[in-house]
Amino acid sequence: MAKLLGLRCRECGAEYELQATHVCEMCFGPLDVVYDEAALKKKVSRERIEQGPSSMWRYRDLLPVEDDTPLVTLGEGFTPLVKADRLGAELGLRNLYLKNDSMNPTNSFKDRVVSVAISWARAHGFETIACASTGNLANAVAAYSARAGLECFVFIPVDLEPAKVVSISVFDPNVVAVRGNYDEVNRLCSQLLESTPWAFCNINIRPFYAEGSKTLTFETIEQLGWKLPDEIIIPIASGCQFVRHRQAIRELIDYGLVRDDRVPALTGAQALGCAPVYNAFKSDTPERVLPVKPNTIARSIAIGNPSDGIYVNRIVLETGGVVEAVTEDEIVAAMRLLARTEGIFTETAGGVTIGVLAKLARAGRWKGDEVVVAYVTGHGLKTADVLASVDGHARRVEIEPTLKSFREKVNI
Amino acid sequence: MTVTVEATDLGSAIDELEKRYPGFKDRLLDQQGQLRQFVNVYLNDEDVRLGAGLAAKVSDKDEISIVPAVAGGT
Repeated sequence: MAKLLGLRCRECGAEYELQATHVCEMCFGPLDVVYDEAALKKKVSRERIEQGPSSMWRYRDLLPVEDDTPLVTLGEGFTPLVKADRLGAELGLRNLYLKNDSMNPTNSFKDRVVSVAISWARAHGFETIACASTGNLANAVAAYSARAGLECFVFIPVDLEPAKVVSISVFDPNVVAVRGNYDEVNRLCSQLLESTPWAFCNINIRPFYAEGSKTLTFETIEQLGWKLPDEIIIPIASGCQFVRHRQAIRELIDYGLVRDDRVPALTGAQALGCAPVYNAFKSDTPERVLPVKPNTIARSIAIGNPSDGIYVNRIVLETGGVVEAVTEDEIVAAMRLLARTEGIFTETAGGVTIGVLAKLARAGRWKGDEVVVAYVTGHGLKTADVLASVDGHARRVEIEPTLKSFREKVNI
Repeated sequence: MTVTVEATDLGSAIDELEKRYPGFKDRLLDQQGQLRQFVNVYLNDEDVRLGAGLAAKVSDKDEISIVPAVAGGT
């Protein structure tokens, strides 16, 4: 029996057959995958998951591929959840955890969504994979397309960080560098859909793609011993993954994988240089998210017109979370803080998440014993240039290769 | 697809489209007559929500793009 029943509009409930489409024809609302929940309730169990592979595919039952669909995988997911005692000590948190998703095959969270998207697309006959990207997605799409042997077109803003361009180009995709910002790239790709038979990961096959995000939360809860934390800090770009994390918690409860049904506070993190969801959250009309022109070093989450922004604020308010934002200096300071205390080098988007965590902790949001998790979604080498331009070597000394020189210059 | 209409502002351009494609307007605007949350409209590449919205003046050769908003990111 097929477990995937179709697509359903999140706004008006209109139903569609399973196909590569992402928007409701009636109201333009987003489409979500509909599963046979009754069948899944009988099938899904902790034991079944724990016997699965050490990758996100241990949650295959809860992802939009059938049991016989060949997967396009590089072993993504099941990344470390580390207890952050040293960072926690600085912030007054005794139960702080970091989900280090920079440990994925292409060093970002995006491998989760892309593995699902390309598995689905290949199984449904697509020969070309495409995406609109701020960098990390293009990196994952290029790698997984190479893995699958499929043609690949990635659309990126022309001024993307050099390190990201290198790590995309090595997989030999067609790179289309668009003279515009991400929102303009995205719009172009939405317009291209009409005339190309391609699977755009985050556009026409977005309902399937987005589902991969859930595994980040599934894993976190499993790694906490199947216990829900008190709060999760999540970076917000389009808000797409934020929405899926709420759905993941709902599924964990519905399928009896956790015994508790106390939904964690879901808190969103943005850079002040691109904070449309934060702006709306702070206003009198949190569900009215107005677009902005992004201007931040946190390029991977610099989406000025976030498609799922209103859902983010709805979920934040429902779960008792907040949306907070940090300055450029706070982003870099947080990258350094995380590296210095926990040995984890994250990119600017991770600096946003840790920066918001630190800001909220210092403002007294927690008493200290709460279980708080922060999602670290990309590796620092992707945006190393922001550190190279500031004083990154405060403790560096240069010496002659002699004991004398060492003793003169280094205090030990 | 691309079509040409005669209009002086964005709102009247949408009215023209409604004449040609009955039902079009209801899909695009909510009950208060505002653009639906999940549709983006651009006037010559500028998001109209950043400007005058449906009251935005249009003239010859202006290009209006209507694009679903649900796209991109994760």
